[in-house]
Amino acid sequence: MKEFDPLVILAVFQEMLGFWLWVLLLLAIGGIVAFLVLWIREQHLVSRRLVQSEAVGLLGGVLALVIMAKVSSSGFTDAGGPLDWLLVGVIYGIGFIGTVILVYALMGWWDQFRRQS
Amino acid sequence: MKDEERQDDVLAQGHVPCDRRRFLSLGVGGALLAAGLSAPVQAAERLKSSARIVIAGAGAAGLAAAARLAARLDGAKITLIDARKEHLYQPGYTLVAAGIKPQNYVVVGRTADFVPRGVELLEESVAEFDPEGNRVVTSSGKTINYDYLIVTTGLKLDYDALEGMDVSRIGKDGLGSVYHSPAAAAATWALVDDFTRRGGVGVFCRPATEMKCAGAPLKHTFITEDYFRRRGTRGKTELIYHAHNKALFSVPIVSEKVRMLFRERGIKTRYDHVLTGIDIGRRIAVFTTPQGKVEQPYDFINVIPPMRAPDPVRFSPLAWQTGDFAADGWMEVDRATLRHKRFPNVFGVGDVAGVPKGKTAASVKWQVPVAVDHLLADLAGGKSEQRYEGYTSCPLITQLGRAMLVEFDYENNLVPSFPGVVAPLEELWVTWVMKTMALKPTYVAMLRGRA
Repeated sequence: MKEFDPLVILAVFQEMLGFWLWVLLLLAIGGIVAFLVLWIREQHLVSRRLVQSEAVGLLGGVLALVIMAKVSSSGFTDAGGPLDWLLVGVIYGIGFIGTVILVYALMGWWDQFRRQS
Repeated sequence: MKDEERQDDVLAQGHVPCDRRRFLSLGVGGALLAAGLSAPVQAAERLKSSARIVIAGAGAAGLAAAARLAARLDGAKITLIDARKEHLYQPGYTLVAAGIKPQNYVVVGRTADFVPRGVELLEESVAEFDPEGNRVVTSSGKTINYDYLIVTTGLKLDYDALEGMDVSRIGKDGLGSVYHSPAAAAATWALVDDFTRRGGVGVFCRPATEMKCAGAPLKHTFITEDYFRRRGTRGKTELIYHAHNKALFSVPIVSEKVRMLFRERGIKTRYDHVLTGIDIGRRIAVFTTPQGKVEQPYDFINVIPPMRAPDPVRFSPLAWQTGDFAADGWMEVDRATLRHKRFPNVFGVGDVAGVPKGKTAASVKWQVPVAVDHLLADLAGGKSEQRYEGYTSCPLITQLGRAMLVEFDYENNLVPSFPGVVAPLEELWVTWVMKTMALKPTYVAMLRGRA
């Protein structure tokens, strides 16, 4: 690789994930928007809900590592250098944060829905 | 002046017909093109031209070149010639032979699926190159004239050069051969799977000729050794790697690293051993050494045959006439521009190019834009300054789950893509992840001209 081009990166991810690239992007954008709108609407973060979603997020991080191990025919136990451990942390982090945002937003909007009905 | 005469005239000047007014109207895009500063393929203005461009071979280089030319040219007649119906992802053979991926992993689709719009696919092979007459003759006897020719035929696996070799017996009697085909790679895995449970003598080697992906024989050796360790049968086996010269890899610093890893893992090394024959029934490999012929019994062998330019190229005026690349008929191209040294309207890209090192998909990825840029500059009446410095890369698998990202150039310099982040000689999981997850999508994106 000699240079980074965002269009090339997009092309590679399209080839790698196909239809699922757009599903994942929609899920990520939808989750973040739902979380931010909820936050603005409630004007604060609900600590109880946040702790609960963080608890689920712990499992989300593990799930991300399991999926990575499956698709790469390997696992974090193959980590051989500092960069590998960084990658393990990043994968776990993405799984954790993504799950927290999604679960928090789902729980929040479920509460809103129940209150209104 | 008749059209044909005019054509000859401009060809003699190194140009082909191009709508000059249209070219001038390209503005900044045209100026960049003439200056050899290629913009991203999809974003660049299209150049109007009536040039006839023939691409011989629809492998990685041929399809990538066709995609780039089709995106940049308007009106040119681009003909892609290849008889192969399926397109195979050859860098994946190692993973199939390691039991990591199934056989169908390397089949990326029909060749026709990757042919860009506006490019004609002729499902034949080129039987004869006539660069003096600016024409090729296909296997059915059809003559196709061209203004520009890009030769991307790949190479020939010369199994016939090995005395006693019979490709129909790959997968039996301990005879493996990863390079032959997807089926052979899968059959080799079946042998390795069995061999690493039972133990015995494993023989590994590489040919003395230029070869595609010179890291692959090493990868297969490392992976086999790792299976033995994981299965607790390492003590029941002897693994011997036979190098064709006095090095394990053409880049000295990498060769030394591999030597250390082989020593650490108990893989024996023999230098100056070239496989020249095999007795499949008796399971004996015959090596030619400076001291004469040596017989080596085996329980498993990964046969890698000599590799040469395909016969139509090898026995054509396109081949090197003297020097190291002449004997096997590699194309005589300038190593920086991939342009033929004697026929300036001919380019040679990919495995068939007679340049040092780099018969890999990574080489193709960096060669194609250079050759295409020079061709486009010719059409535009300009000059390209783009150069290919020999960049190639090899994710050298050293055990299941880890690999070294080795990137280098013509001068044996390490040219890491991620300096200070991914150390070239460090066995890393991240490099394995790249090899198993990212390289095939990158390859397919390259075929489509998007990477």
